[in-house]
Amino acid sequence: MSLAFLALALVCVVTASAAMISRNLIHSALLLVLTWIGLAGLYLWAGADFVGFSQAIVYVGGVSMVVLFAVLLTRRQRDEPLVLIPEAGVGRVVAGLAATFWVAALLVPAMVVAPLVQRAGPGPTLTVKRIGELLAGPHLVAVLVVGVILTVSLIGALYLAAPVTAEDQPEWDNGGTGRDRGNQEEPS
Amino acid sequence: MSPLHLCLLLSTVLFCIGLAAVLVRTSAILVLLGVELMLNAANLNFIAFWRYGPGGDDTGVIFVLFSIAVAAAEAAVGLALVIALHRHRRTIALKAANQLRG
Repeated sequence: MSLAFLALALVCVVTASAAMISRNLIHSALLLVLTWIGLAGLYLWAGADFVGFSQAIVYVGGVSMVVLFAVLLTRRQRDEPLVLIPEAGVGRVVAGLAATFWVAALLVPAMVVAPLVQRAGPGPTLTVKRIGELLAGPHLVAVLVVGVILTVSLIGALYLAAPVTAEDQPEWDNGGTGRDRGNQEEPS
Repeated sequence: MSPLHLCLLLSTVLFCIGLAAVLVRTSAILVLLGVELMLNAANLNFIAFWRYGPGGDDTGVIFVLFSIAVAAAEAAVGLALVIALHRHRRTIALKAANQLRG
């Protein structure tokens, strides 16, 4: 077991725990970006280069930006520097941690004693060319379906997040009225 | 302990951290981030079994690619829901999301 794996695992676990404990939402989002970087490093360490770079581009580059935008758009006041969130009640914390502990107590011993058949020697090599052949060949239908899912969900996200009424508009945006904006010609 | 077992343990730990966040935290954004963490833990399992498992095919890697795409779509829709919740209730506490057509 290499030192790199242990270091990356430590980074992932520490940043993920800190992100989920932190009371500041911006700190949580930024710490979780570190977790995603650590996971991308783990994929690279395992030899899945393409997946590692996909993880870095999609999560570190894309999802983190969406999360940070959501955090900043949902501040209570414009000038509020920190996005503090109210703490959960004691009952919720105890029940949640108990349920988590129960799941962990089931999973960890099962993982440790599981007799897993393992490959001896070096891992498989998977070139980008081979991934392209797999995606364009046997998995072509799945690629198309994922494309449709992404398109529909992003249009749906836009529809959900768009302001509905005039008073929902932020004060800096005085052009058009929400969803009808696309129908009318905006003076430039 | 073998590398495969260590990978599975790491993914279990990450999954449990995400699960705790989903169950304990009150902010909708943090609950979404917990779900993302659980998805990432599942992806790590796919990669670990692809790397150390006995199978000779590369389905694990392909599955992780699709999983990342679907997780990105889920994050976009979830955060749009959070923004819609904030517009209606001026808060992102999950306790406020207790009404249909609110």
